[in-house]
Amino acid sequence: MNNFMAWIEKRLPLMDAMNKHAAQYPAPKNFNFWYVFGILASVILVNQIVTGIWLTMNYEPSGAGAFASIEYIMRDVDYGWLLRYMHSTGASAFFIVIYMHMFRGLLYGSYQKPRELLWIFGMFIFLVLMAEAFMGYLLPWGNMSYWGAQVIISLFGAIPVIGEELTIWIKGDYVISGATLNRFFALHVIALPLVLVVLVFLHILALHEVGSNNPDGTDIKKPKGSVPPEELSKFKFHKQYSEKYDIVDAIPFHPYYTVKDLVAVVIFLIVFCWVMFFIPEGGGYFIEAPNFEPANGLKTPEHIVPVWYFGPFFTILRVIPDKLFGMIGMFAAIGMLFALPWFDRGIVKSIRFRSKLHFLNLTQFAISFIVLGILGTLPATDFLNMVGRVASLGYFGFFIALWFYSKNEKTKPVPERVSG
Amino acid sequence: MKKFIIAVLAILPTLVFAAGPSAQLDSANNDLADKESLKRGFQSYINYCLACHQLKYQRYNRTFADLGIDEKEGVANWMPTGEKPGDHITNNMPAKEAAKWFGTAPPDLTLEARFRSPDYIYTYLHSFYVDENRPFGVNNKVFRDVGMPHVLQNLQGVRTMDEHGNLSAATGGTMSPEQYDNFVRDLTNFLEYVGEPNKLERKALGYWVIGFLFILLIFAYLLKVEYWRDVH
Repeated sequence: MNNFMAWIEKRLPLMDAMNKHAAQYPAPKNFNFWYVFGILASVILVNQIVTGIWLTMNYEPSGAGAFASIEYIMRDVDYGWLLRYMHSTGASAFFIVIYMHMFRGLLYGSYQKPRELLWIFGMFIFLVLMAEAFMGYLLPWGNMSYWGAQVIISLFGAIPVIGEELTIWIKGDYVISGATLNRFFALHVIALPLVLVVLVFLHILALHEVGSNNPDGTDIKKPKGSVPPEELSKFKFHKQYSEKYDIVDAIPFHPYYTVKDLVAVVIFLIVFCWVMFFIPEGGGYFIEAPNFEPANGLKTPEHIVPVWYFGPFFTILRVIPDKLFGMIGMFAAIGMLFALPWFDRGIVKSIRFRSKLHFLNLTQFAISFIVLGILGTLPATDFLNMVGRVASLGYFGFFIALWFYSKNEKTKPVPERVSG
Repeated sequence: MKKFIIAVLAILPTLVFAAGPSAQLDSANNDLADKESLKRGFQSYINYCLACHQLKYQRYNRTFADLGIDEKEGVANWMPTGEKPGDHITNNMPAKEAAKWFGTAPPDLTLEARFRSPDYIYTYLHSFYVDENRPFGVNNKVFRDVGMPHVLQNLQGVRTMDEHGNLSAATGGTMSPEQYDNFVRDLTNFLEYVGEPNKLERKALGYWVIGFLFILLIFAYLLKVEYWRDVH
């Protein structure tokens, strides 16, 4: 057995890779609650892929058969209802977890130098995830699937000159039809998941290259030779890290964080299963009631609103009176996040040591984002649109204000070592 | 951090906008575990609804099994349409013609309890009233200008609406108000069952899964504490 392993290792250094990325990967020892969402996102990704594979075995991607095939899965396939609810609850859970994961980055400055590329990969994951969710949402071929897709695709019609042609090209038809459903199915089950998995892989590689941030925003890798031997971390790390740096306040990812994350995963699963088994519709937010009626191009649902996780961006689109500028606003909102590492000109990473002003700015950003999200699920009224405009200002204002105050920000001294 | 969470929580209540349904719905108070009620609802559905409204995603034999009806007896007494016990619960109404008769084809009701809600169905079946301006002489308080006649009028009797929009008590029906109420509740119960036949199984399984996860949580936590002795 040992010979066999050595034979493999010589040709493909698997154990070395395992050590480098898990058993001898130095992780700061002071990770808190906010640091579990990366692992949770991976758990959900696996859940979505596995349940998705089994769902495709009985799903029929055609305008005539899609809706009935979902009910077939719900009624006639053994535990089909479980697979379907795991997948539909997983979609919403994915966004909750990803939003928390991104907010962690904001709290502790995980996007700052040298982690800009890591953040960019993360943003691409977010973008692909939104496309994946949008296309997946059409597949049950319910009436809200149909009209939600109709609204979002029609946005592209606002682009001057090529807009109308573009929407026809996306739909593959003059209206949303079986042709649209088929191509969305292909993209949802093959193209986008492949891209997603590659991006996640790159995201983790980029993370392990620059190393994990921590709630103090300090660096656990000190210049070689700068730390007295008795202060070095007592654990063994991969030579890729330990030959270049003196490593302090770190523990190997495995087993310490694998066992700690296991606790987080189980707690998450308890909440997840509670929703899945007892309120799978999520109060009409995870599975919307109008989607229990088949797609009907002649009958619009009472209020067409996107699924909750698109809410913040949908509201920004909706409160801007002009359709084209609305769309630009919506994409700009995501673009701002991409550019965040360059909006923030500060050196101090963690909110623990940043100014009061930054605390207030981040707080108002979080509130604005939640308000935008709630508004996105409500029908538009003049009053709510006004609220939405204020919240949109809050959203964009966060980045602008950050750029101005972060350069000469009054920060607290950052300790050399993590505070525990 | 704590300050931040408190700030967010403090602002949330002001953001909760009421988004209730336009008409006030009464609570159906039906019980999915009551198989006799489900059977009565199924019987009523066959007698009063199935001629127009299909349950095209639901099979007869599945319904028999879940409601505790023996398959032989089901085929003999509970299958007005369909040939094999595995057939879906459908009717022979031509959709195009039906659309001409009623203004719109009577919808399939398999998922009605999920599309609307059990409370909606319950309230809807109570809320027909006399309206001479409508083709069938009745209107409905929760579904304005509905295309459907009051099929259960013989049972419930007729109600009228006063100028404040309140409905009078029903008069002239063959059933007492209590009997009719129970009749509608059974029907609602059956439609909730048909909407998601696995609902009770889902919840029952949920208790086991979550129970298992709580036990796993104890061991996962102890494992974490044991390993982290090295760190502290």
